[in-house]
Amino acid sequence: MRDAYEAVIGIECHVELKTHSKMFCGCANEFGGEPNTKVCPVCLALPGALPVPNAQAIELMVKAGLAFDAEIPAFSKFDRKNYFYPDMPKNYQISQFDMPLTQGGVVHYWLSDGTKKSCRLTRIHLEEDTGKSTHAGSGDGRIAGSSYSLVDFNRAGVPLMECVGEPDIRSAEEAVGYLEALKRTFVELGVSDVKMEEGSLRCDANVSVRKRGATEYGTKAEIKNMNSFRSVHDAIESEIDRQIAVLEGGGRVIQETRGWDEAAGVTHSMRSKEQAHDYRYFPEPDLVPLELDRALIERIRASMPPVPFERFERYTEQFGISVKQTTQLVDNPPLAGYFDRVVAICNAPGAALNFVLGDLSRLANESGTPVAEGKVTPAALAELIALTEAKTINSKIAKDVLVRLWSDGGSAKAIVESEGLAQVSDPGAIAQFVDDVLAANGDSVAQFKAGKENVLKFLVGQVMKASRGKANPELVEALLREKIAAR
Amino acid sequence: MDPVRASAREIARAVNAREVSALEIAETMIPHAAAVDEHLGAYLTFTPDLMREHARRVDARVAAGETLPLAGVPAAIKDNMCLLGTRTTCASKILEQWIAPYTATAVGRLLAAGALPIGKTNMDEFAMGSSGENSALGKTKNPYDLDRVPGGSSAGSAAAVGGFAATISTGSDTGGSIREPAAFCNVVGFKPTYGRVSRYGLIAFASSLDQIGPFGRTVEDAALTYDAMGGHDPMDATSVDRAFETTADHLREDLRGVRVGIVKEFATSDLAPDVAAAYEAAYNDLVKLGAELVEVELPTAKYGLSTYYLIAPAECSSNLARFDGVRYGLRVDGADVGEMYEKTRAAGFGPEVKRRILIGTYALSSGYYDAYYVKAQKARTRIAADFRRAFEKCDVIASPAASAPAFTFNAKSDPYSMYLMDYYTIPVSLAGLPSLSVPCGSATPEGGARPMPLGLQLASPLFTERALLGYAHAYERATQHAAKVAPVQVVTS
Repeated sequence: MRDAYEAVIGIECHVELKTHSKMFCGCANEFGGEPNTKVCPVCLALPGALPVPNAQAIELMVKAGLAFDAEIPAFSKFDRKNYFYPDMPKNYQISQFDMPLTQGGVVHYWLSDGTKKSCRLTRIHLEEDTGKSTHAGSGDGRIAGSSYSLVDFNRAGVPLMECVGEPDIRSAEEAVGYLEALKRTFVELGVSDVKMEEGSLRCDANVSVRKRGATEYGTKAEIKNMNSFRSVHDAIESEIDRQIAVLEGGGRVIQETRGWDEAAGVTHSMRSKEQAHDYRYFPEPDLVPLELDRALIERIRASMPPVPFERFERYTEQFGISVKQTTQLVDNPPLAGYFDRVVAICNAPGAALNFVLGDLSRLANESGTPVAEGKVTPAALAELIALTEAKTINSKIAKDVLVRLWSDGGSAKAIVESEGLAQVSDPGAIAQFVDDVLAANGDSVAQFKAGKENVLKFLVGQVMKASRGKANPELVEALLREKIAAR
Repeated sequence: MDPVRASAREIARAVNAREVSALEIAETMIPHAAAVDEHLGAYLTFTPDLMREHARRVDARVAAGETLPLAGVPAAIKDNMCLLGTRTTCASKILEQWIAPYTATAVGRLLAAGALPIGKTNMDEFAMGSSGENSALGKTKNPYDLDRVPGGSSAGSAAAVGGFAATISTGSDTGGSIREPAAFCNVVGFKPTYGRVSRYGLIAFASSLDQIGPFGRTVEDAALTYDAMGGHDPMDATSVDRAFETTADHLREDLRGVRVGIVKEFATSDLAPDVAAAYEAAYNDLVKLGAELVEVELPTAKYGLSTYYLIAPAECSSNLARFDGVRYGLRVDGADVGEMYEKTRAAGFGPEVKRRILIGTYALSSGYYDAYYVKAQKARTRIAADFRRAFEKCDVIASPAASAPAFTFNAKSDPYSMYLMDYYTIPVSLAGLPSLSVPCGSATPEGGARPMPLGLQLASPLFTERALLGYAHAYERATQHAAKVAPVQVVTS
């Protein structure tokens, strides 16, 4: 039955910007802390206090917009959104109504099977966060039945961007893919920490369903209270099922706001009737309109790293790296950046990938130092790869050199030379080792001759050991076979 | 030197010359102001300890060799400006007990220039009014007739200076709140260009119109006070970041070569005959000083009042939303937060404030926004354009500051007749222009016992404060109108 329907989903995200100070005052923008310690006359809305916009926040907004090819209009302004709420000190939120900092744009993302998708952005606008209420005396922290409420204004005035997506998403999996793309991009650009658990990313999903092939949208419900990507996924799945059931039962979906109940795994109605909020938007008279200098925008554009989706396409399509490994790299921007620098030098993405996700990541995990901050410079790793590719050292030696580089730094070539680790590929020199090993392992030779192919591996190992790892293993194996056959 | 009668210039000179200490000035002024204020009601709070503390600081700085432009000058602060540690009420019950935890930029600069804070002055609640009668906390009387209003909203600041209970004072002007009470109280009141004086710490009424300015008994004192307060402030995004031009050192003695615009639409025939005669005389005096009168047109000025009474209430409906009982000020408990809001605001705001919040909320509402707020903004643009065109023909525009002299208490019981008092000042405010009122004679109102002062409004192009104060100074020096009327006995005795 589900196949007969198609879901239409639009996501709105609120993302806290990673600025030093709050949006309109000098208070620190930091998560947590004793309640009401990161406050001042401005963010407490004391009488007479005035907002002054944070230039860093505007710069981060421009980055966010450019990352998704949004238009950055030359002229933008702030507006007041008026409504009363105890954790909103001014009882209006400084936001942007009709002239946001960015307009349009596209978020490209991918699914776990590597399918590429995209979702258009309506806009990204800049506003300020509210404080946080705690309801006391009811036992369960809910406002109903509570005897009093406490408000912490530490978060009030933290810069918040609202990313409004077009209804281009068709499944819960796509929704998560889209959110992951936003998260990766904002982290990569230093726009936000994007920590759902700390509330620096909050999202609502507008969900509707329609018969497959229909062109009209169904009636949507807005889903709130989703605290993780997992819950976004589950809430959307559940809501799609609910709406289909309603329609199949002959009912109709009503436009409403629904909350996700994580424990029960269902959405429930929060506002049965759409409350017609009239926010009475008007231009913020305490702030002058923003005029963005084109040169500044171009400077910001030039300073930006590649967005994760560019990496995704390059890794999977040019380098042939698997979706899983690509995702692993892309989700760790410093590691991906390190990988890019290595590849830029040695042009051997496969080998680089094996080192970066393999031994190097293992060393990093063991020591607690991230790869990009360790002593193995991209140049050193590139050199090590080149030495391996040129068969100057074999892979076993390469691993040992990497351990040396990790602990001491320096150049791979220097280590190989000073330690005499270069692979021995002179058949004359290897023949001596082979003869010695064959002489000392008569039993094994006999077993091999009797058809026990596995024994050859042991013999190769013995030769390698005798050469202190330096012999070219392929040559060793060839010589062994030749000499045993000649016996 | 009599510290009570002396000008700010004279006091600062004497204190800087160490002929008298700032502390002596304070000790003279504190009891005098308190005694006069028994009759005037200009002050809501006296700050004698703070005044002495600042006096000692000024004396120490002068002793250390500093010269301060306002050394030892007693200054009254309108009670909508924050002064650290003092009650700052906006003359509203909702802030009756609120102690400001910081100091407004303009006030801080005034005190840094050596002024001594004598107290906080009464006003129309949240600066909404033209008579002072909208104060929820006290009644301020006109020092020239105690049966009459001092004007508003900066009622106490004008009355204190006019009644010699302060040498200078600060006011705020949104649609005429400095100029109209200055005219009523026989003092100079100056509203600078919007953006010239920081609004940080000024409790907002209408953000796009509010501007702090000085009162003084002379143009020079007003200029000195403005010079101390003005200039860019990084704490106010609307404060203008451009070179500040001092004014007190550029005052002039004549008006040779100055073209004075007389507004065709502001015909004196609309005024009472003796008031009209006083203004006609004032225009002639300008000519005697060398000015040339030119007729200018402000065809959209007549829409000023209705434009203003959409924009200002719209902004105030939002600005005053913060007074909700949650964080500070009055709280009246309710069954839930919504009821607490309602009870707090019902008890905390007076009728005029509520009226404007309602008008503003309505004007911004969905479905009405375009018809009211947007249209008003367009009208504002047109009014400003009219002034720009007028200033192609003249350097300064002269007009009455108010349509009549001070009226008796309760004379303007309907809001609209009160709003009409600001007919001449409001268009200038909408255009953001620098403007002042300087004493220009007197007229005895119908049924009045005494001649009441009148004020001449001068308005000039944006950022031409230096020129404007210069013109006013020339006029003041030549006419000496302020000295021709006397305050009531209790003030002079």
